[in-house]
Amino acid sequence: MREEILDVLEKNSRATITDLAVMLAQPEEEIAKEISAMEKEKIICGYHTLINWDKTNTERVVALIEVRVTPQRDEGFDSIAKRIYRYKEVTSVYLMSGAFDLTVIIEGRTMKEVALFVGQKLAVLDSVISTSTHFVLKKYKDHGLVLDEEKKDERMIVSP
Amino acid sequence: MRDFVNPMIKSIPPSGIRRFFDIAAEMEDVISLGVGEPDFDTPWNVREEGIYSLERGKTTYTANAGLKQLRDEIQHYTTRKYGMDYDPAHEILITVGGSEAIDIGLRAILEPGDEVLIPEPSFVSYKPCTILAGGVPVPVAMKEENEFKLMREDLEAAVTPRSKVLIFPFPNNPTGSIMTKDEMGDIARFVVEHDLFVMSDEIYAELTYSEDPHVSIATLEGMRERTLVINGFSKAFSMTGWRLGYAMGPESLLKEMTKIHQFAIMCAPTTSQYAAIEAMRNCDVAVEEMRREYNRRRRLVVNGFRSLGFDCSEPYGAFYVFPSIKKFGMTSEEFCKALLEAQRVAVVPGSAFGDSGEGFIRVSYAYSQEDLKKAIAKIGAFVDTLK
Repeated sequence: MREEILDVLEKNSRATITDLAVMLAQPEEEIAKEISAMEKEKIICGYHTLINWDKTNTERVVALIEVRVTPQRDEGFDSIAKRIYRYKEVTSVYLMSGAFDLTVIIEGRTMKEVALFVGQKLAVLDSVISTSTHFVLKKYKDHGLVLDEEKKDERMIVSP
Repeated sequence: MRDFVNPMIKSIPPSGIRRFFDIAAEMEDVISLGVGEPDFDTPWNVREEGIYSLERGKTTYTANAGLKQLRDEIQHYTTRKYGMDYDPAHEILITVGGSEAIDIGLRAILEPGDEVLIPEPSFVSYKPCTILAGGVPVPVAMKEENEFKLMREDLEAAVTPRSKVLIFPFPNNPTGSIMTKDEMGDIARFVVEHDLFVMSDEIYAELTYSEDPHVSIATLEGMRERTLVINGFSKAFSMTGWRLGYAMGPESLLKEMTKIHQFAIMCAPTTSQYAAIEAMRNCDVAVEEMRREYNRRRRLVVNGFRSLGFDCSEPYGAFYVFPSIKKFGMTSEEFCKALLEAQRVAVVPGSAFGDSGEGFIRVSYAYSQEDLKKAIAKIGAFVDTLK
């Protein structure tokens, strides 16, 4: 049942317990119990909203930074990752295979702000060997959703 | 001047759905739960293969029976999904949708005056195609108390020495009913006893929601040699506009069907055939995702109608629910017209699918959860005014 609940919530975090119960043919109490258990176990980590900021007046810049670091004895990459993800400007950090070690995604209001953050906070950390900053110019698709697509139902109103 | 149009054709009434469409089409802001096709786009990998085939200049006719490669894939697919085994060289024909297969199948089988047992409510084409092929349609009413399943006793009452074909339309449009293997056994024995031929329209085979997967009546003992299986890409792979289906059956029949197809159609659309190869090979996950989503919507809609006080039997297949409107004291056409005018919600009168559909409406759940909820709320507001 967990997998089914997650499958629905991943696409629509606003699905109500009542709807989930109907759609998955389970009692409401069971659904509620499973959801709160998954929240406690940090399987469900939050209920966010996917926003296309480009359509608002809010200035936002997103940058993806490839970071090469020196792993530390006993700690591996974890402690340096921690030092980086503590910053509130950092929205995501992933440990990578391949040519660099960490992908750090940063959000700021302006390019300058992001550049300053990289220069003053990130690149200067002891274990950081190098950084390479890539600014996002346009988001086409995010979280499985094409952002600027208008879907019109072109089917006939009634058909056999 | 003479009237050149064949009076027999003129005597065939247009589909009841068409009549309703004309009314609904003139209105604005209609929320429709009236369509018989998926709302999902064709999976991108399938569309991509279609595009790629065009880029490579694959724009000629194919073999009459369809691309050999596609027939091979259909053989693999139907073997792994339904445990069937048809020879791609002689027993599989690619058609322009399941509809063409119904048409040419009946044309290849029927002699003038042969009777065709047509369980109803069911898809709108069986009856006119029977008449066009010179046959005589004999409706067999399926009943709500039997969950709209086909019962042997109903067939007993309708069979005559002229009966030749039984249409077997499961999973069923419009009722969503399915037949289990055991229930089919009864029908299969009846068919053998009366030496009938079965046309099994399994276009919704991938869309079933009970524990057991779809079973084809052709796989029951003694049935393979007397069954034409019709399936296609429209419903399972959301490919309605590609117009692609297939027929599988005994070589003696398929040979003649291919002849009609060859003269009337030449071959099914080439682009669609190339795309369909990909659908057969690499769409299991996409199909399962769509099926799961339909299942959730199905429960949402059934629950919605039941909460509004409708009698609504549980549909286990296709993407329709078929609630009863008998308690409101209107015909299904009156109900649908009034609902359309009052709330701008379009559903299809059950009577469009045969006389035994009177007293019901067909509600399609090939719509987003959001639209379904909106429409059900409006239907609720409508029936409140009837109390």
